[in-house]
Amino acid sequence: MYRETQIIETDNIAAAGADAAGAALVINVGPQHPATHGVLHLVITLEGETIKKIEPHLGYIHRSIEKMCESLSYRQFIYVTSRMDYLSAHINNHACALCIEKGLQLEIPGRAQVIRVLMDELTRIASHELWWGAMAMDLGAFTPFFYAFRERESINDIMEETCGARLTMNYMVPGGVMYDLHPNFQKRVKSFIQLFNSKIDEYDDLVTGNIIFQNRTKGVGVLSREDAISFGCTGPVGRASGVTCDIRKLYPYEVYDKVDFDEIIETAGDSYARYQVRLKELRQSVRIIEQLIDNIPEGDFQAKTKAVLKLPKGEFYSRVETARGEMGVYIVSEGGTTPYRIKFRSPGFSNLSALDHMSRGSKIGDLMAIMGTLDLVIPDIDR
Amino acid sequence: MTREAMKEHITRFLPDALFEESGEWLNVYVSASAWKGFAQWLRNEALQMDYLFCLTCVDWPPTAAAKTQAPPDTSGGGLLTMVYHFTSTVFRHTLVVKIKLNRNNPEIETVSDTWRTAEFHEREVFDLFGVRFLHHPDLRRLVLTDDFEGYPLRKDFEDPVNMIKL
Amino acid sequence: MLSLETITNSIQQWLYSTFNPTMALILECVIVMLLVIGLFAVLGLVLVLMERKVAARMQIRLGPNRVGPKGILQTAADTLKLMMKEGLTPNGADKFLFNLAPFMVMIAAMLILAPIAFAKGFQIWDINIGVLYVSAVSSMSVIGILMAGWASNNKYSLLGAMRSGAQIVSYELSAGLSIISIVVLTGSLQISAIIHSQQSGWWLFRGHIPAMIAFVIFIIAVTAETNRAPFDLAEAESELTAGFHTEYSGMKFALFFLAEYINIFIVCAIGATLFLGGWMPLHIGNWEGFNHIMDKIPSSLWFLGKTFLLIFLIMWFRWTFPRLRVDQLLSLEWKYLLPISMFNLLLITLIAIMGWHF
Repeated sequence: MYRETQIIETDNIAAAGADAAGAALVINVGPQHPATHGVLHLVITLEGETIKKIEPHLGYIHRSIEKMCESLSYRQFIYVTSRMDYLSAHINNHACALCIEKGLQLEIPGRAQVIRVLMDELTRIASHELWWGAMAMDLGAFTPFFYAFRERESINDIMEETCGARLTMNYMVPGGVMYDLHPNFQKRVKSFIQLFNSKIDEYDDLVTGNIIFQNRTKGVGVLSREDAISFGCTGPVGRASGVTCDIRKLYPYEVYDKVDFDEIIETAGDSYARYQVRLKELRQSVRIIEQLIDNIPEGDFQAKTKAVLKLPKGEFYSRVETARGEMGVYIVSEGGTTPYRIKFRSPGFSNLSALDHMSRGSKIGDLMAIMGTLDLVIPDIDR
Repeated sequence: MTREAMKEHITRFLPDALFEESGEWLNVYVSASAWKGFAQWLRNEALQMDYLFCLTCVDWPPTAAAKTQAPPDTSGGGLLTMVYHFTSTVFRHTLVVKIKLNRNNPEIETVSDTWRTAEFHEREVFDLFGVRFLHHPDLRRLVLTDDFEGYPLRKDFEDPVNMIKL
Repeated sequence: MLSLETITNSIQQWLYSTFNPTMALILECVIVMLLVIGLFAVLGLVLVLMERKVAARMQIRLGPNRVGPKGILQTAADTLKLMMKEGLTPNGADKFLFNLAPFMVMIAAMLILAPIAFAKGFQIWDINIGVLYVSAVSSMSVIGILMAGWASNNKYSLLGAMRSGAQIVSYELSAGLSIISIVVLTGSLQISAIIHSQQSGWWLFRGHIPAMIAFVIFIIAVTAETNRAPFDLAEAESELTAGFHTEYSGMKFALFFLAEYINIFIVCAIGATLFLGGWMPLHIGNWEGFNHIMDKIPSSLWFLGKTFLLIFLIMWFRWTFPRLRVDQLLSLEWKYLLPISMFNLLLITLIAIMGWHF
């Protein structure tokens, strides 16, 4: 596969007559490369150090989750989706649960709603933490990675206590959540929030204010508002280009319409704006958690559901905001116990499609700044 | 824009469009031949559908077509339904466009020039369903290897080696 | 007091009294050779461990702590592992150049060691053009890096080598100009003369602000010249996997790795010699008592202390800063550092002519 591409690439360039074939250098970044954080394979055409073209080659971790889900029951397939965007596994599960509940027209208890939102926001913090560390590492600063993981670790501990797992929690079920919260949950979340508030300032000191970092990211990989919409870029990538695309604000689900938080919008559209959006989102997530942690209503954590779920005939679509952007679940039901067809609209897939457009004409070093701030998770793209 | 207003606009542009209103959003069936012009109209004219947030395909083989909710099939060879979900970032209304394609020879015009995100989504659909998008800039397999045979997300796809029947 | 000078002198006397002069000279050369190789081995072990410990301390972790007491044998274990690894040569590589490159880098590093004064009277070769020799030989290592990048037949290596070439050639200018400013102040190219001129105080302080500027530029330039972060573009692993040594494995990789650390030691030693007075103790004006106490500390400790302080500084950079982009790296040199150091040289010349330094 890789050899063929190489030949095609060189031919194209020679045919285009833009440069002599020798002037262009085709390099393969990935599937095993320190900057791609997974098995993404980019075929990059370079002229000197300037990027002429990027062609992503996907599929190294394609498991055809959509096909798999067609033979799993509505209760079962939720667990597979944790393996898509493993950094926001909770939110993926949430999207599926929401879609099934839409089909069943199920009202879920208030306690479950609040727990779900709390878990979502904790996941978002954990995911942005990992992104922050990994992005700084892409730009050559190693130390932030360890600082980010220090805080992420305490979220994982909280998750482990309540959900029994650290990464793929499988906590959401149709109708609510699987278990009630651990008695320590509130106490530990509160102490984490207290610690975390001081640490965000530390992040600013270590990376944001650094002049080398600012030079590396400002004006790099600019994505205009029109292009961001056209490419379907959502999440922090879209919001950095000035697109209002926070599903939590636009189409509120659970209790997001009752909590007070801001949608962060930047207009520059460059890597630095994307960085700023994510960092500010951390503070917003903290705000949401602070409002909810003391107000978890009493009651059931799960609505009464039948043992075997059957969705009525029809089509159901649910949208949620994951750490990376808009995640959609599209279920076509035939009235059976398994979905007839299921489609996951993953944010990473659309964000990746803008990579070529954003990086043309930049240096190869800029590519790391762009990819780092796109926050790609490869299993989410390949599915 | 309300559902009724949207219907009115669409009927004015495309008199033979069929509507389906059972779901959350307004669904409209258009024919494959009218699709290209309709897509450009959707994007640029009154509705301003600038954000294509989901593009996918559903397979309805002839055996399934009889007992399912599959849309009426005139050719008899089964159907592939292209499903496009649109939102307008200006007006915040959502529309679902569906296009029935002949399962044995699925061909449709690309919309990757109108919505750039469609380029990758269409490649994915080509890869997994075998729908050929005409005038697509780079229509190759996306996730599967170039020499892969068959289209895995079609209902009649069998892979005795890698698929586990449940 | 036991000083290195007495030991070397007694050895020399014994050699010349026992053997004929030619034989004694050959024996001295052999001893020096063994000492240099020994120093390399020890430095490699110590510096790698130091880097890992410093990094660990900055990254809120412990660092190596399993092999030997407090992990001090970790680098020895690593070296052992590298020695047992297969030395792969990729298909299509230029075998001769590919195998030669690590030795080129290593030899360049070894040669610079000659004029460095490790302690009072403890110097391999007090050549009268010492500073010139150092800057001339240190630019040789770029040949080895280019050779490695080209011979590997790997695009990442080639890009890394190209970057490295552009970088080292550019930053040599600033480093050279900063060195020259001290030469201007001293009026000598000889290392021992430069050290002796700092008896009353280090050039860093005696040369007023221009000398400090020269020192800062020197540190920046040598960080770039040794390919250390934030200037580690030649081996930027998130961009070029490992840059020019992507294809190297086993002991050949270890030689590159070792040469990197030796180079750090050497540039820091030169920095300490030029700006911080080499083995000269810290003397403050006419505080007799203080100066006397400072004299009690052996000169070798002074030299090593200053050198390791600078090494720590460079390590600190590495674990704090993100990496620059290649065009930013070059514009930093050509647009900022070079004009500043040129102007600074003028100032220093003025100071030297007018005798404003104290």
